[in-house]
Amino acid sequence: MAQVSMTVNGKSVSGDVEGRTLLSSFLRDHLSLTGTHVGCDTGQCGACVVHVNGESVKSCNMLAVEADGAEVGTIEGQANPDGSLNVIQQAFQEHHGLQCGFCTPGMVMSAAALLKENPKPTEAEIREYLEGNICRCTGYHNIVKAIMAASGQDVGAIAAE
Amino acid sequence: MPKDSGIGASSKRREDVRFLTGAGNYTDDINIHGQAYVYFLRSDIAHGRINSIDTADAEAMPGVVRVFTGADFEGVGGMPCGWQVTDRHGQPMQEPPHPILAQGKVRHVGDPIAAVVADSLEQARDAAEAIAFDIEELPAVVDMREAAKGGATKVHDDLTSNICYDWVLGETDDAKVDEVFQNAAHVTTLELTNNRLVANPMEPRVCVAEYSRGTDEYTLYTTSQNPHVIRLLMCAFVLGLPEHKVRVVAPDVGGGFGTKIFHYAEEAFCTFAAKACNRPVKWTASRSEAFMSDAQGRDHVTKIELALDSDNNFVGLRTDTLANMGAYLSTFSSSVPTWLHGTLMAGNYKTPVIQVNVKAIFTNTVPVDAYRGAGRPEATFQLERVIDKAARELGVDPIKLRRQNFITEFPYDTPVALTYDTGDYNGTMDKLEAAADIAGFPARRAESEARGKLRGLGVNCYIEACGIAPSNIVGMLGARAGLYDAATVRVNATGTISVMVGAHSHGQGHETAFPQVVAEMIGIDESMVEIVHGDTSKIPFGMGTYGSRSLAVCGSAMVRATEKIINKAKKIAAHLLEASEADIELKDGQFTVAGTDKSVAWGDVTLTAYVPHNFPLEDIEPGLEETAFYDPANFTFPAGAYACEVEVDPETGKVTIERFTAADDFGNIVNPMIVDGQVHGGIGQGIGQALLENCVYDENGQLLSASYMDYAMPRADDVPFYTVDHSSQTPCTHNPLGVKGCGEAGAIGSPPAVVNAVIDALQSGGKTVDHIDMPVSPSRVWAAMNG
Repeated sequence: MAQVSMTVNGKSVSGDVEGRTLLSSFLRDHLSLTGTHVGCDTGQCGACVVHVNGESVKSCNMLAVEADGAEVGTIEGQANPDGSLNVIQQAFQEHHGLQCGFCTPGMVMSAAALLKENPKPTEAEIREYLEGNICRCTGYHNIVKAIMAASGQDVGAIAAE
Repeated sequence: MPKDSGIGASSKRREDVRFLTGAGNYTDDINIHGQAYVYFLRSDIAHGRINSIDTADAEAMPGVVRVFTGADFEGVGGMPCGWQVTDRHGQPMQEPPHPILAQGKVRHVGDPIAAVVADSLEQARDAAEAIAFDIEELPAVVDMREAAKGGATKVHDDLTSNICYDWVLGETDDAKVDEVFQNAAHVTTLELTNNRLVANPMEPRVCVAEYSRGTDEYTLYTTSQNPHVIRLLMCAFVLGLPEHKVRVVAPDVGGGFGTKIFHYAEEAFCTFAAKACNRPVKWTASRSEAFMSDAQGRDHVTKIELALDSDNNFVGLRTDTLANMGAYLSTFSSSVPTWLHGTLMAGNYKTPVIQVNVKAIFTNTVPVDAYRGAGRPEATFQLERVIDKAARELGVDPIKLRRQNFITEFPYDTPVALTYDTGDYNGTMDKLEAAADIAGFPARRAESEARGKLRGLGVNCYIEACGIAPSNIVGMLGARAGLYDAATVRVNATGTISVMVGAHSHGQGHETAFPQVVAEMIGIDESMVEIVHGDTSKIPFGMGTYGSRSLAVCGSAMVRATEKIINKAKKIAAHLLEASEADIELKDGQFTVAGTDKSVAWGDVTLTAYVPHNFPLEDIEPGLEETAFYDPANFTFPAGAYACEVEVDPETGKVTIERFTAADDFGNIVNPMIVDGQVHGGIGQGIGQALLENCVYDENGQLLSASYMDYAMPRADDVPFYTVDHSSQTPCTHNPLGVKGCGEAGAIGSPPAVVNAVIDALQSGGKTVDHIDMPVSPSRVWAAMNG
């Protein structure tokens, strides 16, 4: 067992983990932050995306011990300080960018990372960036639209509702 | 002016807030103090005889609670099939046993051999490695054509063959069908495969079960689309438990698409093991495990023949299909290639003579059952492909050929057992032609060709039988269940309302859309209405969500229950207003006496119902709660027309979807935003089937596509923005909301549009390709172009 300490959503946390414990397991099972989802076992689906030191990371592909000392952000820490939905979350609700909600935390975290590095992405840039996030419900239409809207672009012309 | 609340408004989804903040409650998020973990040791061969299993070493491993094998389940039932199909000779289908854990033989990769329950998942997995077993590998039957032959290796030794049933629908007199084809001016024939798919909801299946010795009660949390169905099947057919002692909860469920309808062995196992181990037990499928244990979809091999007269009228249709059942009959597997497929072969067309032949085949593969559309995509694909081929052979416009043969008068009795209540196929096609700018296609093709690309346009229609289903009809056809649904409307003293529904929402947005209906009927704010679903201890006995039935069936029950509420509330209002009940009107949450200014508010009436100081106690009971069960009079028949434009790179065979347009007639629409989203998702899955997805077994029954590395799920950059048009609306004639259902349409209607477009593109490039099987991958396209 190894002790890990990190900052998750601004709070200092620590725990004893096995060497093989994944960051996703540490978040879900040790910290009860179950908003981070696990949808596959090959690092493909992206439901488990979190931020580690500001970078988007698939938390099922990182050991908890590798995140020792890191700043970790999860979906639970995304809302505004007053608890209201942040700009990306609002856009997902406004444009129906989610259905079953299972891939949604990963989508929101990836979208946040994208907009940080590219504040006004084109449709093609968004679609390419989301290569590592699979959604089975939406056909991606409203996810792409929501991210464009969250970046302040006019989506009124995109396909009627 | 779009409405901002009630029926027809695009109300934003209230469930989104919890999903967007990580506050959802999915089954894997549920942990019970003291729980143990289950790991299933699964067969890595497709077919084998179990000579021995020795669990002694595994039992002695650290943390192991108990190891189970098939022998532990000899006293309980197997997994049942919910639909008995009767074959062409009037005989029942062959129905082999399906044990919870393998007994005697393993019959597909993934068939569970043993289950280890341990303090941690890692310990359970480690102990499974220590199970010693002797399984003699047998030849596997994988190809349906081979499996159907006499003398083939049998999947189930006790059956007479691998043929589950040989079934016919429509014109059963072969001579009459032959005569139609002999007299036809033209016959178009097409042989095709409808590729096997894996549903792949993003949330893998999970079960958590607990047992209370004090009360002899069980609770099963499970990823299900229909908790009451699971409880009934598990209690009555598998474990022999009293239903009233079992609670089944399906909390937030991360997508279903059909594969979470079925009662799975893991659910029964966990429930059984919770008592046997006297510990809560939890099983969470890995994605790899989901690929080999979730019921899969489609997998038909079909020959279809269309006969036309000299005026290009359809005069006859004959199909021959082999349908893969896999190794065991999953819950509704037998109904998919028959009553959900054969009955749809008329499509949108007035073909007078139709014969549908289906043989269902056992193979050493994972069981096959309903996947989004379930039988209807298979019907639509072959019909709309053969029509396109006929148009090409005859040199006529494919849209004109379809229009010429459309059913235009309703109700219409098809030759394959259905009565379409309403529709406007020409009107819907008009909408498609406008929305897709079909007239502008030649210019777009020229532009593509200028860049060295081939461009194709594919159009098709679809019809589906939804709102499943009238219980008396499906009972005659072999269903072992009723298919009504139920709703309880509980009005609280302060006027807020809880609606307990049998439908289950796993992405469809019921928690938002259903309150829009109740709120509109009463004239109160949507926020005053809450939907409760997914827990057998809270909701009336309903049949769940599949077959695009939630609003058409359960929504109808909710309307009926709300009508009962309004009728009773009017009686109370009449008493309070000292007026005749017949004069009471309800509008905008106010009860008024017609022709007067007397009124009483909704909240005052509801309070009176629960504080009945001034109440007609001699006439009616206090309280305000009503339940309705609704059994539909007919299926509903959503229909539409889809258009796809592709570009094909002649150098590589790569297909790119450039435009996709859907025109659907769903009847009345409660929440347009949600309906559009349902269609988007269905199209995404249909494009996936057409271009990317394929579940592949090798000749030994090894599953080659058991991860997202090997099974190509559609990603964001595989699809375009879609255009959807839902303005063609012919309301359903037999349910109170006039709704038809929208959940499956996109997946049903889109695959033939894509393939028709690819063929059109290749033909425009001078290639004489008339069919490519799905998925239309670059290698297949390239081979077809250069073959």
